Amino acid sequence: MEHLVRFDRVTCRYGREPVLVNVDLEIEPGEFVGIVGPSGSGKSTLLKAIAGSVEPIAGRIERRPGISIGYVPQVETVNWFFPITVREAVLMARIEDRRLPWPSKDEIEEAQQVLERLGLGGLADRHIRELSGGQQQRVFIARAMLGRPKLLLLDEPTSGVDVRTRHDVMHVIHELHHQGLAIVLTTHDLNGIASHLPRLVCLNREVIATGSPRQVIKSEILERTYGAPLEVLSHGGMPVVLEQYPELVDEEEGAKVLPLREDHHEHPA
Amino acid sequence: MSTLLEPFHYEFFQRALVVATVTGALCGLIGVYVVLRGMSYIGHGLSHAIFGGAVASYIVGVSVFVGAVVWGLIAALFINKVARRRSIGADAAIGAITSASFAIGIILISVQRTFVVNFEALLWGNVLAVAPVDVLVVLGVALASTLWVFLRYRQLLFSTFDPEVAEVSGVNTARVDIGLAIMLTATIAATMSVIGVTMIAAMLVIPPVIGRLLTDSFSKMLWISVGSGTFCGFVGVYGSYYLNWSSGGTVVLTAGVLFVFAFLFSGWRRRIPAVAAEHVH
Repeated sequence: MEHLVRFDRVTCRYGREPVLVNVDLEIEPGEFVGIVGPSGSGKSTLLKAIAGSVEPIAGRIERRPGISIGYVPQVETVNWFFPITVREAVLMARIEDRRLPWPSKDEIEEAQQVLERLGLGGLADRHIRELSGGQQQRVFIARAMLGRPKLLLLDEPTSGVDVRTRHDVMHVIHELHHQGLAIVLTTHDLNGIASHLPRLVCLNREVIATGSPRQVIKSEILERTYGAPLEVLSHGGMPVVLEQYPELVDEEEGAKVLPLREDHHEHPA
Repeated sequence: MSTLLEPFHYEFFQRALVVATVTGALCGLIGVYVVLRGMSYIGHGLSHAIFGGAVASYIVGVSVFVGAVVWGLIAALFINKVARRRSIGADAAIGAITSASFAIGIILISVQRTFVVNFEALLWGNVLAVAPVDVLVVLGVALASTLWVFLRYRQLLFSTFDPEVAEVSGVNTARVDIGLAIMLTATIAATMSVIGVTMIAAMLVIPPVIGRLLTDSFSKMLWISVGSGTFCGFVGVYGSYYLNWSSGGTVVLTAGVLFVFAFLFSGWRRRIPAVAAEHVH
C-alpha cells in the first residue's frame, strides 16, 4: 500500500446530519495538503476521520498498517487555566510506552529535544498560558511530534493569530514537512496559507475540487465551495482571492462608510 | 505530652483518625480530576443520588453499600453522558440527575414507612462511631483508587485536559470516564455514613483548589491536594477531640482555613513580579 491514508466514498454524520458525503481522498507519504472550506463544511471531521476517532457510516478508510498519526487541535479549544507546564503538556502524548506516572529520563530527554527543535527549549517549566500565541501553537505541535508521527494533522493552526505569529507557525510546519513528515491542515486563510501549499482540497461536505492552488483557486470552484462570489486575481504567478462586499464599496470613491441605521443613532440621555 | 497522646488510647478515636485521614487523602486524589473536569458539585450531587440507591436496596433487601455503589455509578455515568452534550453543562447535568435520584429515595421512604433516616447524620456523618469494618472498606477503596490512578495517570491526565485529542491519540476516554465514576462512587458510598455528605463534598473540592492556587503544575497540584486532604482529615479529627466540636465540621473548617491561607499566599505571590516590574520601569 503506497498511500498513508485512503478514503473511498466515505460518509460521516453526527446525529442525523451528514457532515461528509462520498469523500474520496488519498494522502501520500511526505505530502502537504491543505483543506479549505466554509465553517461547518466538515474540515475538522475530515481530520478526525483520518485520525480514526470518527467512524464512517458508509465507505471505507484505509490506513497504512502501524501508521502513527499526530493531531494538533485548534488552540481556541485549549483550557488555558488548566494547571500544566509545557513539559507536562508535551509528555502527555506518551501513553503507550510506559505505565508509571512519572516520565523516564529518556522521555524527558526526547521531550527536550523536540522542544528545542521547535524553539521552545528554555520554556519547559513555564505554564502554557505564559507563552505567546506562536509558542502555544508550537507546544501542541511538539506534543504531537513526541508520538513520532508519520502524518501530522493540524486543525486551523493559524486561526486567530497575527501575521507574524502565522509566519512563525507556518515556518515550523514547513520545516517539519521538509524533514519528510506528511502534513494535512485545515485553514480559512486562502491568501496567507492555502495559496502557498502544494495541494489543496476544497470541501463543503463533499470534495468540490482537489489539486494545486493554481488549479483549484478559481472563482467558479470557490463559489461552489463557499456559496459566495469570490474574485481571483493573479499576482506574481500566484492566485489572490478578493472578497467582494459591493455594499461597502463606492464605484467612484472606493471604500465608503455605510450610513448608520435609524436604530443605531445615539439618543442623548 | 501525655495530654497530647490521650485520645490515642481510645480505639474509637484511632479508627476515626485513620478513616478521616485516609478519606482526606482519597478525596484529595480523586477531587483533582473532579475539579479540573468542571464537576465540583458532583460530590454533593452523587451523595444525594446514592441516597436513593441506599433506600431502594434496603427495601429490596440487598446490601446497602452495593446498592448505593451501583445506583451512584449509573447516575455518574449518566451525568458524564449528558455533560458531553455541549448544550448542557456538567453543573446542569449534575443538578438534574442527582436531584431526580434523591427524589426517588424520598418517595420510596414515603411509601415504605419503616425506613428511618437521620438527616443530620447523613449531612455530617459520625466519624467517632466508625466500626472496624468501615475502616477496612475505606482502606480498600483508597488502595484500589490509588492503584488505578497510578496505572492510568497519563490517560487520566490526557482525557481530563483534552478529551477530544486524547481520543484521537488512542486513549479510550469512555473507559477512563467509567473508571473515574466507579472510584468516585465507591469513595462516596464508603465514606458517606462515616463522614457525611457535607464533608465529602467539601473534601472533594477544597484540597484540589488549594493545590491549584499554589501551583501551575499538574503533578504538583496532585501532591498538594493529597497532602492538604490528609492534613485536614488528621488535624480536623484530632483537634475536634480537644475542642469538643463536630469532627466532620472541624475537618471542613480546617480545609477552609487552609484555603484562605492558600488564597492569600497566591495573591501575594502574583504581586511579586508586578512589583519587581514596576521597579525596573
